Amino acid sequence: MMTGIAVSTNINSDNAEFLCHADETLLDVLRDRLGLMGAKEGCGTGDCGACSIILDDRLVCSCLVLGAEAEGRRIETVEGMAQGDQLHPLQQKFLEHAALQCGICTPGFLIAAKDLLAKNPDPTEEEIRFGLAGNLCRCTGYDKIVRAVQDAAGVMRGA
Amino acid sequence: MNFDPSHSKRSFSSVGTRPIRPDGVDKVTGRARYGADFNMPGQLVGRILRSPHAHAIIRKIDTLKAAQLPGVKAVLTAADLPDLTDGDAAMYDILDNCMARKKALYDGHAVAAVAAIDARTAKQALKLIEVEYELLPHVTDVDQAFAPDAPLINDTIFTTGVDPKPDRPSNVSMRSQFGHGDVDAGMARADFVVERTFKTEQTHQGYIEPHACVASVSSDGTADLWVCTQGHFVYRQHCAQLLGMDASKLRVTSSEIGGGFGGKTHVWAEPVALALSRKAGRPVKLVMTRDEVFRASGPTSATSIDVKIGALKDGTIIAADATLRYSCGPYAGAWAEVGAMTAFACYKLENVRTVGYEVLVNRPKTAAYRAPSAPMAAFAVESAIDELAKKVGMNPIDFRIRNAAQEGTKASYGPVYGPIGIGPTLEAVKNHPHMKAPLGRNQGRGMACGFWFNFGGQTCTDLNIGMDGTVSLAVGTVDVGGSRASLSLVAAEELGIDYSQVRTVIADTSSLGYNDMTDGSRGTFSSSMATISAARNAIKILRERAAQMWDILVEDVTWEKGHAVAKGETHGNLPKLSLKEIAAASGTTGGPIAGHSEIVADGAGVSFATHICDIEVDPETGATKVLRYTVVQDAGKAVHPTYVEGQYQGGAAQGIGWALNEEYIYGKDGRLQNAGFLDYRIPVCSDLPMIDTQILEIPNPNHPYGVRGVGETSIVPPLAAVANAVSNAVGVRMLHIPMSPPRILAALEA
Amino acid sequence: MVEVTLWGSLAAAAEGNSKIEIEAKNIRELFARLSERFPRLEPLMARGIAVAIDGTIYRDTWSKELPTGAEIYLLPRLAGG
Repeated sequence: MMTGIAVSTNINSDNAEFLCHADETLLDVLRDRLGLMGAKEGCGTGDCGACSIILDDRLVCSCLVLGAEAEGRRIETVEGMAQGDQLHPLQQKFLEHAALQCGICTPGFLIAAKDLLAKNPDPTEEEIRFGLAGNLCRCTGYDKIVRAVQDAAGVMRGA
Repeated sequence: MNFDPSHSKRSFSSVGTRPIRPDGVDKVTGRARYGADFNMPGQLVGRILRSPHAHAIIRKIDTLKAAQLPGVKAVLTAADLPDLTDGDAAMYDILDNCMARKKALYDGHAVAAVAAIDARTAKQALKLIEVEYELLPHVTDVDQAFAPDAPLINDTIFTTGVDPKPDRPSNVSMRSQFGHGDVDAGMARADFVVERTFKTEQTHQGYIEPHACVASVSSDGTADLWVCTQGHFVYRQHCAQLLGMDASKLRVTSSEIGGGFGGKTHVWAEPVALALSRKAGRPVKLVMTRDEVFRASGPTSATSIDVKIGALKDGTIIAADATLRYSCGPYAGAWAEVGAMTAFACYKLENVRTVGYEVLVNRPKTAAYRAPSAPMAAFAVESAIDELAKKVGMNPIDFRIRNAAQEGTKASYGPVYGPIGIGPTLEAVKNHPHMKAPLGRNQGRGMACGFWFNFGGQTCTDLNIGMDGTVSLAVGTVDVGGSRASLSLVAAEELGIDYSQVRTVIADTSSLGYNDMTDGSRGTFSSSMATISAARNAIKILRERAAQMWDILVEDVTWEKGHAVAKGETHGNLPKLSLKEIAAASGTTGGPIAGHSEIVADGAGVSFATHICDIEVDPETGATKVLRYTVVQDAGKAVHPTYVEGQYQGGAAQGIGWALNEEYIYGKDGRLQNAGFLDYRIPVCSDLPMIDTQILEIPNPNHPYGVRGVGETSIVPPLAAVANAVSNAVGVRMLHIPMSPPRILAALEA
Repeated sequence: MVEVTLWGSLAAAAEGNSKIEIEAKNIRELFARLSERFPRLEPLMARGIAVAIDGTIYRDTWSKELPTGAEIYLLPRLAGG
């Protein structure tokens, strides 16, 4: 029987505390202990990006981060992107452009796109494509995802 | 239900628009619940032990130590499952694939399972299960398995479709043949002939969501299954049949699905989860890992295809001949048969013959993958057609236009075609700006056509009109890519109300009659037909209620733009009654207003597409870059054009990955070497350009709006379009898919 | 009386006959008469058959009528993805 490690962290601007095992991933903690099921496990090995979150302003695969590593750090997940009933421009544009079909990769893409635009508010198409190359989508062929990000970037620059 | 020709002149008010889908907000906020997003109190974690051998007799399985591990609540082997040996052969194979009964038939084949209080305990328990294997020789390559001296996988399989029946068993489970005319005589008359052998490697549908379910069986035999699936009614039927349960006692709820493409039309771990739950007396959550998805779900066939096509000087194809070998995994299948049917379907041919061979291999059981079997056959045929066009001295598009099937053409698989879109897609491609764009060094352009059948099938819908006038539409075809939006548009169109007043949901198996799966491009086609029928039934009732409210005859009431309108001289000045008003009064006029429809949607028609692709090849590394891609496809009538475009783009992207990079790599030991997304590399965002789409609308005469299925056809042309582009770029005919850098370099060096 | 064409492995199970004249008003009767005449067809038909009537492919809806003079093909049941 392993004793749990107590972790204090901040998730989507709220303080959060949890217990986890030493070998538990942050993805498992988010989904199984904290009820934040937006991040998805597509592969468990950091190859698909469906579990993408932002950890202290850095885009990471939460399946490659240990739960205990969240101690004292800030986490942003897709659940924190909307403000009340106001969708984030990326969320709104993904809907308008139909940048999702099955939607399983969408939380990961939204987080990755948010991180991309925070660092590069006016990216070229090529920069968007390479910036999102860590997220796999099998349904859309990426066309409408790129258009949605371009459109959202414009809104965010203008607003 | 026939096409109403007035629709081709009429402008639709809802159908053809592009509103936001009803399940959209949940999907962009992380609220939508997929297979692994559901939990039940007291649930256990299920895990499966899998064979590390490609082919072995299972001599003994000792589960005692595992069962005794604290926290383990159930251990399962095939001995705990019904023995279907004397029953339906197909069901036997499905169950054996879920849990091996006598032999492990591929690397990853399930041999045992446990349910425990947590994942750590479950994994530990698996390690305590002792399996005694007796290794057998294995064969994983389709050509090697076809050879008469290949290791025999199943000694009860004698090739069907051969007369007289063979006296020895083999790995070829079926031979099938299609065609008409006299191919040998036709070929003798040909002025130009192309004869080639092509090979395609095995690929996986690559859905990002692994299979996941939560099964809960009670001691009274009632059960609940939450699962990501393309067909919850089919899963219910199969699970019940396989486990000897009462289907009516099993309620299956389909979660949101994170991709399927055919791979979630078959059961894999679900019967195991139910059996574990039944044994443990507690709910069991079973989620496959990505490694398991690759090794033990259902990839598509690997193929080896011989094509011979002959043409006359004037460009007429005079004879076409193909022999197709498709791998089906270790159980009998019928994939080659479909390849043989679709191979020459695009063309008008006097003499044609296709022979398909179904070949067993020690690989996972082949499952459907978006227009199953068609992409590989199209790769072979369209590559040969391109070569033949060059020999004849014609432009590849004109050569195809000259020989394209039309209304009235006898299809290579038999029946005569009704109105079809291949000619229009070719003409559209011929005139498309993409064809005129200049090409640079090491760049090549390729085009190809493709064909796929679309299905109808059993479909039920319930359309309920609430007292506030909003409409609730319950359908049974799982929404894989936005069909709830399309169906809401159809309901809104028929009723004459606003899209925002309709809410479409996917009902569970207790709430609707049987629905076939979402496959065969049938989701929107079938459910829209049933929705139209249900709406028209509801409108009958709405008119009756209006007649009541006005105290006139129902014959004098029509339905126009969401209102009941009184006709005739006596009633002409009665103010119209809106759906809302009629609904509000429904409590007093006879109760809730609804329309139901239970149909077998038939006449789905066929769908054609033509693609154009520009590729740049680096002659030093063999690396490729997709510069430009265009899809032209016939949709009949695009209900929600944005989602139709999405299907075109998605299928094209999968085809591009298949053409350039994706393949299952097996070692000499018969084990899968690349069971993960790192080494089974599907296209990423930076691999692709924008994918241009052009939707043609040649109405399907068997649907009230002319709708055709669109989901699958767009994966059929890309293998050939990309191969033709690469072949043109490097000046060498490419014969082996995927055209990964090593293969391109080898072709350049040859 | 309708003329039915069998394709693929169906013809092999019907003693090599690919064109058969048979008395049937609908799909149900067609299947019943065919299995009577060629018992080896029955397991293949049980696996699932599609019927093409004048070019349109139907599943095995028993009541679907076979118009006289219609072109009727029996094809394998297909899987989609």
